Amino acid sequence: MAAFEPVLLKNLQPDRPATLEEYRAGGGYEGLAAAVTKYTPQQVTEMVKASGLRGRGGAAFPTGLKWAGIPDNAPHPRYVVPNTDEMEPGTFKDRVLVNADPHLVIEGTILAGYAVSAARGIIFVRPSYEMMAQVLERELDTARQAGFLGPNILGSGFSFDITVHRSAGRYICGEGTAQVNAIMGLRPHPMKGVRMTDRGLWGQPTVVNNVETLACVPHIVRMGPQCFRDLAACETGAGTKLYCVSGKVNRPGVYELPSGTRLREIIEVHAGGLPSGSEFKACLPGGASTKYLPKQFYDVEMDFEPLKAVGHRLGTGCIVVYDQNTCFVGATLNIIEFFARESCGFCTPCREGLPYIRDLLWRLERGEGREEFIPLLRQMAGHMPKSYCAFAPGAAEPVLGLLQYFEDEVREHISQKGCPFKSSKFKIGP
Amino acid sequence: MLPPELQEKVEAMLAGVDQRRELAVDVMYTLQKHYGYLSDEALEEGARLLGLTPLELEEIATFYDFIYREPVGRFVIHVCDGVVCWMCHAGWEACPTESIMDYLCRKLEVQVGETTADGLFTVLPVCCLGYCDHAPAMLVNGVLYGPLTPEQIDEILHQLRTESCEVVICR
Repeated sequence: MAAFEPVLLKNLQPDRPATLEEYRAGGGYEGLAAAVTKYTPQQVTEMVKASGLRGRGGAAFPTGLKWAGIPDNAPHPRYVVPNTDEMEPGTFKDRVLVNADPHLVIEGTILAGYAVSAARGIIFVRPSYEMMAQVLERELDTARQAGFLGPNILGSGFSFDITVHRSAGRYICGEGTAQVNAIMGLRPHPMKGVRMTDRGLWGQPTVVNNVETLACVPHIVRMGPQCFRDLAACETGAGTKLYCVSGKVNRPGVYELPSGTRLREIIEVHAGGLPSGSEFKACLPGGASTKYLPKQFYDVEMDFEPLKAVGHRLGTGCIVVYDQNTCFVGATLNIIEFFARESCGFCTPCREGLPYIRDLLWRLERGEGREEFIPLLRQMAGHMPKSYCAFAPGAAEPVLGLLQYFEDEVREHISQKGCPFKSSKFKIGP
Repeated sequence: MLPPELQEKVEAMLAGVDQRRELAVDVMYTLQKHYGYLSDEALEEGARLLGLTPLELEEIATFYDFIYREPVGRFVIHVCDGVVCWMCHAGWEACPTESIMDYLCRKLEVQVGETTADGLFTVLPVCCLGYCDHAPAMLVNGVLYGPLTPEQIDEILHQLRTESCEVVICR
């Protein structure tokens, strides 16, 4: 494999976002200029399809296919919603990406807008990323002044503008249909059986894409789909991936690597390994909505298909590393407390089931666990896919992972009438 | 009634959009910034300007973490209780089982969700802030602090008590 050159974070500076000039010096907005003058919107969509780009926000849906879901004769105006809600525990890649190179995301959004003939993009930003919202607003102005955004982009006749939508903070707003409700000033409940590409924002065709996904598009258009495919480290992968690593590692942070880089390399080479005295026990491979990935998968290629082949999901690709001193009943309890609180409460399996699971875990951790809790946990986690959206099945994943790989640890909590990790207490880590 | 300047400010925001309710959150933030929290009166006035019923706006107001429907302190401390912050609180040697939330509550003599007697601080839990590379972390009026140790928390509280502080979001 040729020497690896970053695509998404190539303009990363230690202390500030890249400017428009810096972005353009690296070929920035060349993809847009080519698209609006040389290619039809359908051709741009075809390129993205051919590139193999899949959604980076967790669901892994093929991006080109999503865009092609809006037929030519669909009504106007259409919308693009770059999703920067990013509230998945352990996930902070979009924050780093947008703050590093805002114009990359802006160009990707405009290209998506061109591909689906949209009139407007609405970047959805969570409140703890307020600084990012301000950076984006400033750089959107810069792009407008340079003619890349607004009416008649680069004299092509294509008009598109982008605004920033500030959220007031709830996890569920990251779900596409909930996000659209949030933008419309409605209570952000997810909608069932609604295709955003048919009836999204204000009832119009809408694509909701994660910002990392959109940030891949300028490279695809400028360098061609094959070039993007070739960036990956594994057969079935495409492009690079922002892996963000946190937890028990020496250098937590975001690392752009060929998609499908092995877990061992990401943790040991890039994130600096575990601190001395710590040993890898398991990780969450892609945020809190994924199953624990134990040591036997330490050499797995971190991409959609290789993880699927071993019964796991890549999710957001944000790796939370746990060492041998972490109590997994405690860790799972923390995650389930999060999900139980963040449930929008609209449908029953999620609203009622998650607090039930939380209470079982809480009693286990407190030493009040009984043998029958184990099948009960399995049963309750099994109900979660009956809910409206992907929230509850995601919440069940760490519980299922706990039972699949660390059932012994759960049993120890029962037999020892308490948490076997001495320094552990309810709510607290090792 | 809203003060005339505030009313004009909100009306100017709303004049720039096709669908007024798209700015529901921005209007709530603006009113909250003025009153310190989203009072009943602010909610009703906000709803009127947005063309919503007070109930429609209340539905959204009560959903979000960063809209305060009750009076809060001058500084609202949102403590991250995400799984990475839960795991990374090394340095807590004096009391290895105490979380940041416990520590803050003990120092400020409040329970979670309460405001200190001097009206300065409100402590609220918040789901993963997205600063896992700075864990454990907290957000004070929109400003991030992390990775935290007990000593740093003491220092931050002292600084907030004695120095003026720019309010980045909400209030």
